[in-house]
Amino acid sequence: MDLYEYQAKHLFGKHRIPGTPGEVCATAVAAHEVARKIGTPVVVKAQVKTGGRGKAGGVKLAANPDEASAAATAILGMDIKGHTVHRVLVAEAADISEEYYVSFLLDRANRAFLAMASTAGGVEIEEVAATRPQDLAMIRVDALLGVDVKKATEIVDAANFPPAVRDQVIAMMVKLWKVMVDEDATLVEVNPLVLTPGGVVLALDGKVTLDDNANYRHAGHADFMDREGTDPIELRAKEFELNYVKLHGEVGIIGNGAGLVMSTLDVVAYAGEEFGGIKPANFLDIGGGASAPVMANGLDIVLNDPEVEAVLVNVFGGITSCDAVANGVLQALEMLKAEGAPLSKPIVCRIDGNNAVEGRRILTEANHPLIEIVDTMDDAARRVAELAAARKAGK
Amino acid sequence: MAIWLDTNSLILVQGMTGSEGTKHTRRMVASGARVVAGVTPGKAGQDVDGIPIFDDVQSAVAATGANVSVVFVPPKFAKAAVIEAVDAKIALAVVITEGIPVHDSAQFFQYSQNSGATRLIGPNCPGIISPGQSNAGIIPADITKAGRIGLVSKSGTLTYQMMYELRDIGFSTCVGIGGDPIIGTTHIDCLQAFQDDPETDAVVMIGEIGGDAEERAAAYIGQHITKPVVGYVAGFTAPEGKTMGHAGAIVSGSAGTAIAKQEALEAVGVKVGKTPSATARLMREIMQG
Repeated sequence: MDLYEYQAKHLFGKHRIPGTPGEVCATAVAAHEVARKIGTPVVVKAQVKTGGRGKAGGVKLAANPDEASAAATAILGMDIKGHTVHRVLVAEAADISEEYYVSFLLDRANRAFLAMASTAGGVEIEEVAATRPQDLAMIRVDALLGVDVKKATEIVDAANFPPAVRDQVIAMMVKLWKVMVDEDATLVEVNPLVLTPGGVVLALDGKVTLDDNANYRHAGHADFMDREGTDPIELRAKEFELNYVKLHGEVGIIGNGAGLVMSTLDVVAYAGEEFGGIKPANFLDIGGGASAPVMANGLDIVLNDPEVEAVLVNVFGGITSCDAVANGVLQALEMLKAEGAPLSKPIVCRIDGNNAVEGRRILTEANHPLIEIVDTMDDAARRVAELAAARKAGK
Repeated sequence: MAIWLDTNSLILVQGMTGSEGTKHTRRMVASGARVVAGVTPGKAGQDVDGIPIFDDVQSAVAATGANVSVVFVPPKFAKAAVIEAVDAKIALAVVITEGIPVHDSAQFFQYSQNSGATRLIGPNCPGIISPGQSNAGIIPADITKAGRIGLVSKSGTLTYQMMYELRDIGFSTCVGIGGDPIIGTTHIDCLQAFQDDPETDAVVMIGEIGGDAEERAAAYIGQHITKPVVGYVAGFTAPEGKTMGHAGAIVSGSAGTAIAKQEALEAVGVKVGKTPSATARLMREIMQG
């Protein structure tokens, strides 16, 4: 889960990382009040989970509360790279002498962590890495040894921080590593880390990604969940504990296993090219078991997506044999019918694997008006794309 | 011979008395695997279908000579369980558990590296099977047969799909390496082992979006692998910034896209199938001349 800047700074505050005072606001009135409380010039910053907000006009300086209110009015509701701004952070405007960059991240390739540091901060770090890699220090961090003062010194010296700020940045790195470990983060980034004319080093921005697998040991992390930034169907799927991602297309997809479902999306998109650009409407992995209640929840979610014209159920029976999967699909449709769910969209079923012949026989004999059985994944994708295209054209 | 798992493998199951542990222990036994012990703290002296339960890995190893562990314990206790297996010098630890915090995985992976005694597979993986010889994990054994193809995959059900499509030709060993950001055994480790295995003639490699493991595997193939390799990559239609089921399956910016992976593989002569069936056909052509 990616955090907003204000949430990242909340975690920074908890770990006593020096920054500027500020508060998050959802209205211009609140921004006025916060600016009045801070009592100095403030910066009003759009809270969006994407880069480049400065260039998009999402960051404005305000000399007084009235200007802060006007800035908030301008920024709230703004669209930045497809993200609507619902909140702004109003923070004390710091005077800046120098801008630096520091981060910790998970390093998948080396199966460890990585520290990155540069005295060339305030710009996109990808750009520094590409144009002047000698200015970006990258130091491996052992997962068991972590970052103590000695390791932090190694990182800071590798990036050639000036002697005047060296100790402050070392202390900062030790604290940021604590955020990384104590909060189960996979990314902690400060860009820019600034030096004020008074000689103080402050974390002016913050980017944190938390590991969702670790939520069970962090009571507070659930509060960071972004309800308004999440698709309503995704929220509902989450309540069913389904692994669902909303996409934009006409074919609802249900399958078992993340890899198989990803593959199904691809095969449907390829087939859809022949039918005027029919696309998959979602990713939905109902897991290895594919039991009837889970299948019912899955069908419920997918059939209720207004964009969906037809559904493809693609299950490989490995641990669960195909006769159980077939019965699961039929029971799921019965359950939905009993609940009065509108059932009109065609459902193409491809089940393969253990006891596939028996599974297909069960579905064939049930003779359900909405279900069509197709034997292979490629043929099923073509058929569902054809059905979706026909229904779309009929509207 | 197969890789890492064969008729000499003596399996212990950590978390055998849990519902998943018991269910899959029975499936492993039914498929002919030699499951010799279970470990659940506090349940020493009990048994599952006559297989003795021990309090800890060390005593299970001492009593039974187990050399492979399959870990089913819940995420909260997984790190301690893996460290215990490493301390007992288990040669192969297969971590099935899904949902382990990545800091824990990073730590127990590093721990296994420091010890040098244990190969980890997973976490969040279906395990490893050498059809007709042994089976450590949750891969269904009855969908394929023994043969001379090696298979390595991040995904469980795509592994099963491929095993099933090529069931008439058969497999030496199939390894589900898992879809987490940090995994103990990589595509490269498997490619290297299959290259060295006299009972494997060709390799199917299944990848998916996220990270750059497939690109690195491609570079390795170009330099070290002389056996034919057929590839498949899932996730061409995945949008940026959305995690597709596996914690590791995410496209961020231009990194981790399926097209980049396909291009890297094709650049070193790996034939990449557009769909799982097309991939199986490519392998069939290689094996049947």
